[in-house]
Amino acid sequence: MSGYQGKKNIPKITSDRLLIKGAKIVNDDQSFLADIYMEDGVIKQLGDNLIVPGGVKIIEAHGRMVMPGGIDVHTRFQMPDRGMVAADDFYQGTRAALAGGTTMIIDHVVPEPGVSLVTAFKQWREWADSKSCCDYSLHVDITEWNNSTQEEMETLVKDHGVNSFLVYLAYKDVFQLSDSQIYEVFSVVRDLGAIAQVHAENGDIVAEEQKRILELGIVGPEGHVLSRPEEVEAEAVNRSVTIANQTNCPLYITKVMSKSSADVIALARKKGAVVYGEPISASLGTDGTHYWSKNWAKAAAFVTSPPLSPDPTTPDYLNSLLSCGDLQVTGSAHCTFHTSQRAVGKDNFTMIPEGTNGTEERMPLVWDKCVVTGKMDENQFVAVTSTNAAKIFNLYPRKGRIAVGSDADLVLWDPDLTKIISAKSHNLAVEYNIFEGTEVHGGPLVVISQGKIVLEEGTLHTTEGCGRYISRKPFSDHVYKRIKARSRLTELRGVPRGQYDGPVCEVTVSPKVMSTVSSMKTSPAKQQQQQQQFTHQPVRNLHQSGFSLSGAQIDDNVPRRTTQRIVAPPGGKANITSLG
Amino acid sequence: SLLMSLSHPFPLQSDRLLIKGGRIVNDDQSFHADIYMEDGLIKQIGDNLIVPGGVKTIEANGKMVIPGGIDIHTHFQMPYRGTTTVDDFAQGSKAALAGGTTMIVDHVIPEPGSSLLEAYDQWRQWADEKTCCDYSLHVDVTHWDDSVKQELDNLIKEKGVNSFQVYMAYKDYYQMSNSELYEVFTFLAERGGIAQIHAENGEIIAKEQGRMLQMGITGPEGHVLSRPEELEAEAVFRAVTIASQTNCPLYVTRVMSKSAADIISQARKKGNVVFGEPITASLGTDGTHYWSKNWAKAASFVTSPPLSPDPTTPDYLNTLLASGDLSVTGSAHCTFSVAQKAIGKDDFTQIPEGVNGVEERMVLIWDKAVTTGKMDENMFVAVTSTNAAKILNLYPRKGRIAVGSDADLVIWDTDAVRTITAKTHNSAAEYNVFEGMELRGAPLVVICQGKIVLEDGNLHVTPGVGRFIPCSPFPDFAYKRIKARKQLAVLRAVPRGMYDGPVSEFSMSRGGTPSASARTSPTKQPVRNLHQSGFSLAGNDAPIRPPGRRIVVPPGGRSNITSLS
Repeated sequence: MSGYQGKKNIPKITSDRLLIKGAKIVNDDQSFLADIYMEDGVIKQLGDNLIVPGGVKIIEAHGRMVMPGGIDVHTRFQMPDRGMVAADDFYQGTRAALAGGTTMIIDHVVPEPGVSLVTAFKQWREWADSKSCCDYSLHVDITEWNNSTQEEMETLVKDHGVNSFLVYLAYKDVFQLSDSQIYEVFSVVRDLGAIAQVHAENGDIVAEEQKRILELGIVGPEGHVLSRPEEVEAEAVNRSVTIANQTNCPLYITKVMSKSSADVIALARKKGAVVYGEPISASLGTDGTHYWSKNWAKAAAFVTSPPLSPDPTTPDYLNSLLSCGDLQVTGSAHCTFHTSQRAVGKDNFTMIPEGTNGTEERMPLVWDKCVVTGKMDENQFVAVTSTNAAKIFNLYPRKGRIAVGSDADLVLWDPDLTKIISAKSHNLAVEYNIFEGTEVHGGPLVVISQGKIVLEEGTLHTTEGCGRYISRKPFSDHVYKRIKARSRLTELRGVPRGQYDGPVCEVTVSPKVMSTVSSMKTSPAKQQQQQQQFTHQPVRNLHQSGFSLSGAQIDDNVPRRTTQRIVAPPGGKANITSLG
Repeated sequence: SLLMSLSHPFPLQSDRLLIKGGRIVNDDQSFHADIYMEDGLIKQIGDNLIVPGGVKTIEANGKMVIPGGIDIHTHFQMPYRGTTTVDDFAQGSKAALAGGTTMIVDHVIPEPGSSLLEAYDQWRQWADEKTCCDYSLHVDVTHWDDSVKQELDNLIKEKGVNSFQVYMAYKDYYQMSNSELYEVFTFLAERGGIAQIHAENGEIIAKEQGRMLQMGITGPEGHVLSRPEELEAEAVFRAVTIASQTNCPLYVTRVMSKSAADIISQARKKGNVVFGEPITASLGTDGTHYWSKNWAKAASFVTSPPLSPDPTTPDYLNTLLASGDLSVTGSAHCTFSVAQKAIGKDDFTQIPEGVNGVEERMVLIWDKAVTTGKMDENMFVAVTSTNAAKILNLYPRKGRIAVGSDADLVIWDTDAVRTITAKTHNSAAEYNVFEGMELRGAPLVVICQGKIVLEDGNLHVTPGVGRFIPCSPFPDFAYKRIKARKQLAVLRAVPRGMYDGPVSEFSMSRGGTPSASARTSPTKQPVRNLHQSGFSLAGNDAPIRPPGRRIVVPPGGRSNITSLS
């Protein structure tokens, strides 16, 4: 299987054969009592009184919940930033993920503008293969758009198992793409059967606001959130939904940080848009009031984009939308920097490296905020921490479900576990934890990754480099069934009319055209095409246009209404010039 | 003064007029009273007025007398690729008066790159020569640089313009980038202007146009197919966001779709200072006609944003107009002959854009909104006249029947029924987009500048009598709120000591980094001014000041910067 890249020399810490007895199996659709037998990293049997070989290691669940391991859809381990590297590399990062019950991560490849997507992808593969302790996959960020980008995306989808690409609406003059470019990227993404992800913030306005805030003499971390108000996030979400609708491309909003942007997503879904929203640990667990902390280092630890909202009711609101299904998946956007790295922006908030922690805290946080409070049940918890991600990114049911044949990535969950999050005890390399002091209820008791116990009795047994790259096929059913049906419906046809044969006004075609219709000056490709339209006065192809000399005269008074599906009726030459 | 001594070219009429027995309808109330006018002004309102002898008296017989309509959006005599729209200022304002509109506000459209002031002078000249009713001007900002700023300043301070339109569509021509919009809005907010926008996403339209033409769709249906209403709504949303950031009052011209109107009502609910202007066409008809097999008819509907193919749109927009979510109505009257429209006979992107509506506006709203019980006659006055006057800062001179106001009045006949047709309309265009509609309600008598211009179905207009009415900046209607917010929006930095811990080495070369905003933003490495930032050595530790934009700096000591707690 293409996903399994044969790994050599994996030390055997635990047995390859495992039996969990007396478990309450929790999938996204139901919970039931059964035993689980695993072998070679795959679930082999489910049921009562299983017949298993001797010498199998047995875990007694005592009726506790066993759920699919979490999938953290958004990490940025070991991310390069201006010659620095994010503090948590693939080893440290995946270790923290496993400690929190997450058995798979999907990291973002961020090609430097000018570097080929495939080259960057291979670089990330190399880093992750050598260090990752759990299975992983990769999103690829489109940081610039040129002729070769499309081909490289094709290569990544067809040969490298990538089915999701992120574009940036922010980071002006660096990563930001224009609306036209995004339209083109989305069109390509749709044709390839991939998912379009967006970083949604209006980079133009952010740049203007940054300028204004710096001019006011505000240089600290509070300037970060002041220059990126949540309206600017919501605007970009709205714009990307619009472009995705136009191109019939599935859309995935990374880092939903504010109520406004979550509302735009919810509204778009009500209107039928194929759009998914990903709140992150930080936006579900804390807020942006800390940017005003008088401790610079603490304030800087919260700097991420879009920023945490200063509205303290935000986390609760986002957890509610996650519970009702308006938001679907959770990531951590884990991207951590040491205080000394953050301090690069000590005199200018725009220089502070961005990102927050959250890969370890994600599952306990969502459990605490949503399940303990009764917003969601344990099945919905599985959906938003694991199953939905597996479905969207076409990993289901290999990942995201406890079923025979699925990967043996499991978590034995203890709802009674209580823990106070602290930088003193977390599995990260950084000095600050943005959830410092938060008491969370619920946590993993045992974590099984690739059929091996990696967390037991509070002790981690991880193996650097044992994580496999999991390739993902395009045209995920969960996403593309609807897209395909819609693309069949949106066929457009022109109205069959005879040639207009009345008088035509003379126009001056001076270089300075006084025209409100100037779109002809836009893209080079189109210009060509329009020139063709001008130079060869188009000869009407009666065959193509559905024109026919037989058949009834179609009544002009019955206009074709509403939908985009305009079927051309067999029509005679219409009366063109009459005024009636 | 503005009430220049215009010669009275129409000696048939007296300068003194008395309307007896009318029911005066303002936007706030209706009441019975007589109205006496002299020298173009309302001099007295009441019962048993004492008036000079020889005054012409109109018996209103209890009919409604309303402030003359203000059509806040016209394009008369608009140049287009060496030709001109068929309704010039004479023809256009005549049609306006025939429909009960006694003032129009036209758009000056400078060619990109050319002087705004020159364009303004040109429009003034055209309008002064020919207009039959009072008028004002919006100026469209079609490009953006330092010289434009100076001209805007001049237009606001010296030329009586307080509203400026920018375009989010017409890529590579009129279209402005988000950054430019931000700058324009910031500029206008400081000077008391109203930012008007043509809201459509020009980038995506250009893409969609290319796609349509590639598919061989060249007729007028391609126009609406390439400009779906989501693109209008998207642009409105974006404009609202930028206006909110810059604390600038926003005015959305031509609200054509339910989606765009929804965004505006939503924004108003959130507290944004935003006004929406549906036009006669969007209130009266829909975009199904783009599929007409009669090319000329289909082309006559071509305007941008296009009429929505959703036939429930007009009713929806009328409802929002009635509820106050949309504020004013214009016509966006911009008419071309069939021969002019035929410039785009083989390519819909070349069809000159614009529809009629200046004559039909008031009648249409009366029929769709008042006779249906959506709004009462006071709201009718608000959306056809008063709100426009308030936004333009012309209130109460215009938009109200009160002593001292201009004598621009309409006696309204609620029982009249007439059928709209190009055969009888006052526009020079061959098509009327409302062809065949039977509408109830019509002006019986129209009085403009104190003179009767419509009586017994006869128009008595005089080209050139129309005066330019200057609009001053900072209209209360929009700016009272803007000013209050400005006072609240003062931002202050958190007083912290200097960070004195270790700092990582980093390179300014491009790295694969999302935190690259450093390179976008300005040159200024701001020097920390402890004095300005409110930093002080006295005082104890202050609590964290969370949300809101109003961050008051507490007197704070040097905080513990590097500790981890």
